[in-house]
Amino acid sequence: MNQPANDPLKGYRGQARAALERFRVRVWSEVRLTNDAGSVFEGVILPRSETFDDLHVVIKMRNGYNTGVHVDRIRAIQELGYKEAVYKIPEREFPFNAGLPKVTLLGTGGTIASRLDYRTGAVIPAFTPGELYGAVPELADICNLTTRKLFGVFSENMSKDQYIPLAQAIGDEIAAGADGIVIGHGTDTMGHTAAILSFMVQHSPVPIVLVGSQRSSDRPSSDAALNLIHAVRAAAYGDIAEVMICMFGPTSDRYGLLHRGTRCRKMHSSYRSTFRTIGDIPLCMVSRSRFDYLTRDYLPRDKTRKVRIDAVYDDRVTILYYYPGMKPDLVDALVEKGYKGIVIAGTGLGHVNKPLYPALKRAIQQGVHVVMAVQTLWGFAQMYVYDTGRDLLDIGIVPLDNMLPETALMKLCWVLGHTQEHAEVMRLMRTPVSHEITEREPHNGYVILQGGLPETEEFITSHWK
Amino acid sequence: MESTIERIDYAEVGLMAGLEVHQQLLTRRKLFCKCPAGLYTTKHDGEILRHMRPTLSELGEYDGTALMEFKTKKNIIYLLHESNVCTYEMDDTPPFLMNDEALDVAVEQCLMLGCDIVDEVHVARKQYLDGSIPTGFQRTAIVGVNGKLPFAGRSLGIIQVSVEEDSCREVTDRGHLIVWRTDRLGMPLIETVTAPELRTPDEVAEAILLIGRVCRTTRHVRVGLGASRQDVNVSVRGGRRVEIKGVPKAGWARRLVHGEAIRQVNLLRLQRELARRGVSKTSDLKIEHRDVTRLLASSQYPHFRAESWDAFVQQDKRRPGFELGEGPFCVRAVKLCGLAGTLAWPTQPYHDFSHELAGRVRVIAGLDQQPILVSSDRWPDYADSRRELGRLRKHLRCADGDALVVVWGPEADTVTAAQEIALRYQAALDGVPHETRQPFADGSTDFERILPGPDRMYPDTDHPPVRMTRDRVERLRVALPPPPWEREPRWEAAGIPRQTVRYLIRRGGAELVDLVVRRAQADPRRAGMFFGERWKALRRKGLAVEKIDPERWVELFQAARERPVLWEAQDAIGEALARRPEQPLAETLRELGLDRPVGDWRGTLAERLRGISPPKKAQADGAWLRRAMGAVMPDLRGKVPGREVAEAVRALEPSQNAKGARS
Repeated sequence: MNQPANDPLKGYRGQARAALERFRVRVWSEVRLTNDAGSVFEGVILPRSETFDDLHVVIKMRNGYNTGVHVDRIRAIQELGYKEAVYKIPEREFPFNAGLPKVTLLGTGGTIASRLDYRTGAVIPAFTPGELYGAVPELADICNLTTRKLFGVFSENMSKDQYIPLAQAIGDEIAAGADGIVIGHGTDTMGHTAAILSFMVQHSPVPIVLVGSQRSSDRPSSDAALNLIHAVRAAAYGDIAEVMICMFGPTSDRYGLLHRGTRCRKMHSSYRSTFRTIGDIPLCMVSRSRFDYLTRDYLPRDKTRKVRIDAVYDDRVTILYYYPGMKPDLVDALVEKGYKGIVIAGTGLGHVNKPLYPALKRAIQQGVHVVMAVQTLWGFAQMYVYDTGRDLLDIGIVPLDNMLPETALMKLCWVLGHTQEHAEVMRLMRTPVSHEITEREPHNGYVILQGGLPETEEFITSHWK
Repeated sequence: MESTIERIDYAEVGLMAGLEVHQQLLTRRKLFCKCPAGLYTTKHDGEILRHMRPTLSELGEYDGTALMEFKTKKNIIYLLHESNVCTYEMDDTPPFLMNDEALDVAVEQCLMLGCDIVDEVHVARKQYLDGSIPTGFQRTAIVGVNGKLPFAGRSLGIIQVSVEEDSCREVTDRGHLIVWRTDRLGMPLIETVTAPELRTPDEVAEAILLIGRVCRTTRHVRVGLGASRQDVNVSVRGGRRVEIKGVPKAGWARRLVHGEAIRQVNLLRLQRELARRGVSKTSDLKIEHRDVTRLLASSQYPHFRAESWDAFVQQDKRRPGFELGEGPFCVRAVKLCGLAGTLAWPTQPYHDFSHELAGRVRVIAGLDQQPILVSSDRWPDYADSRRELGRLRKHLRCADGDALVVVWGPEADTVTAAQEIALRYQAALDGVPHETRQPFADGSTDFERILPGPDRMYPDTDHPPVRMTRDRVERLRVALPPPPWEREPRWEAAGIPRQTVRYLIRRGGAELVDLVVRRAQADPRRAGMFFGERWKALRRKGLAVEKIDPERWVELFQAARERPVLWEAQDAIGEALARRPEQPLAETLRELGLDRPVGDWRGTLAERLRGISPPKKAQADGAWLRRAMGAVMPDLRGKVPGREVAEAVRALEPSQNAKGARS
């Protein structure tokens, strides 16, 4: 299925491809197709997803609908014209306003803004300031925007090769005098990127804000524009010079939340308000018109502060999500394959079963650094409470208190980029850089309302979700 | 109203109309999620607040409708109830795969409508920014194309049939806040689009009824309030397609289509009148506006004064940031150079052109305090009103031929209103604008939105195409009931009145008529009248006749073929069957004592009539007979023909004997 990028029959294979060839038409041909029932379909032949079958030709009809015609039923296709889709957004120059702060938007992939080509139905990403201005004109009232596209990957494909250049790019932009940095990012692994950047970029003088959307920007109900407005405002005017995630607070169009990069997690596969600060409260509420800081415990904006870019990363680290009955050979296999660090997401206060002990012991003896986080996400690994925990401590597994498992993974990658010396690794792991371990869990840091209870129902009936 | 054309020749003005008939499908669940369908609520246990934002279209511009709807700056609240919505309806979960049951019913409908079923069903997004769907688009997919219906001695083309999700129900729309209830959202429906081949208001009404009967023939569609709604597209020669949205009844369509035809004819006349005045292009329009709040601060017309606006806001509980627009109270006068008299120009019956402006101002600027605007063509009458108008005209330096329109409300909205008034005049230069209009029971319509075009359609990337195999189509085709145009002439020929025939098809029973004719060789007229008329009576008694197993009816018609006297007990049998719908007929007849021949009823007749006193002179003829029959029939009904009993009873009538004795 390796078709060239400029394939005139894009996505078509097998019978459907043969049919198009037979009738001498291509993708983007404007056609009049007649089937065996005498029905006439006039419109544009669209590219076909390669994952779909090879039995149908897709037409976008004049009324805007798409339909697939089975190749066996096609009697005639007459080409009426040809017009290729233009995958480009007409730019409007982003207005420069001398009084406004400078914000740099770094692109990693995905779309923050986009436009639709109605003729073909294609979604075309908008990224340059000019394109973004066309899509979200409000940005021009907030800042002077520059954009830099670093990569074009979906967030699940982010890894070492992206994290290091991203951290370096942030350093460059700070050096160039940006008043704030926004990073457009897919939401799936935004939490991971926020965590690693929290370690790689320290003592930032300005806010570093990751933003994305849960409803793509080609939809009228998208959260993308409002998220972007909130993020750009936080970067331009916010007082918190840390790595943060800025996404919807509630699912209603009301305000965004700024979450600390090390303490934030995507908690729903599709809700707008998917990002939640775990084990603490968010830093700030941000809306179109105001900031409501929820804490004073943050690094304030200070343009004189010198940023430290420490972009190292060893990706021979994994996360072991413990489950009852886990076999020790899993641990052996990791050691054998050369993994240098294992983050266990243990049960409860940080436990695994007894049959795993010898394998973990062997791993540690062979120089693998094993740390413990909790799969409950909320709460601390407190391995001195039960025998199991004490046994694991004896083996040499180091508890990471209330560090989130994904944050622990990213931090171990970063630490192992500096040293392999066990004691130093563990000292660094246990020394918080950016609140990845906190001393106190406030009682409002764990709020998962349970629907159905009278008090919850009272709350959700009287507040916008 | 002078110069309103109340009568027109539809052929002469080139009336063209077509329908988009929406019919909810009878499925257990919604179209793209597993929520129950048809469960409506009037309460809610959650709310969300959203806004809609247009997406950029091909040239980096916004679609016309989208832009208009964005300008309205609506705050949108959705009311949720746990029983009938999930996170899909909230647009917080992507769609699940399309409900197969709904797709089957949609295919059935397409086949009934004579359509060619498409091979691969592609889900599209049709944008609506009015908030009626939280995603900002309706998921819709074409299932059939190229259909034909026999209609009025010719054929009516069906362009396409699509399956789509229903929208929210509007709760309130005040100022900048619109509130929607989400219970109906996501229910499956089909939209049938006819060719614009209807030529008179009567034809439109008749076509709505016909498509309704076609849809209902399968029994797989919902009935009742709101289960079917139609959009009627109307144009006249030289005019443009205007969509009258959500016509709830065929009966409304006649006046609506008539009214729209007149409206378009009048708008075309206005276009000529404007041209006559030298206003034919946008640059000929001289429209300017000015804040006149201070000038009118002590006006005797209450709407011009800030304190009455404040009272209105307070009384209607309008909150800043929600219902209320931005800025302080403002009265704005719009000067329309050379346009005096055009505001009173007739449009639809009993309305004038200022009503067209008011519709736009209400919807787009969110200024909805009645009467929304006042104009110099029909200046209201109040103390000092003429002098005040004179002051205004002077203030805006109006010449004699100039007109004035005054709007009031939050400042930003009055500016939008002034712009919309200018835009509506621009559209008037071009005759009839493409619009979607909202119908009212009195036959009038009002502006709802600019009619969207194909530019708001794009593929739904959340849903894969669904293959529609010929096997599936054929499986559904063989199970189809006969279409109305096959049944109707057949039954009418058999002597069933047309009204009963239509009732059978619309309300159910048609399939039972065919069943008992086929299986029990029933007389079609007898069967038609039984299921068309007797059923109605039983239903009115609150009996669930539709729950009765069709086999029971076959048994009844078979039994009654041998013993026609059973028909005389049809109500009793019907009631008994409805109470015990699973029980075989023989058993029910046994319980009613209708299963065996009656003994010597004649022998005991005289004995039974003894208690009935002889007729008095004052009584009308037949009174005794009625009482006598009333006494004996309960035991004999369905066993002995009533006629036979009557003869025997009459023979025993005492008055005749008495008369004989006296003579």
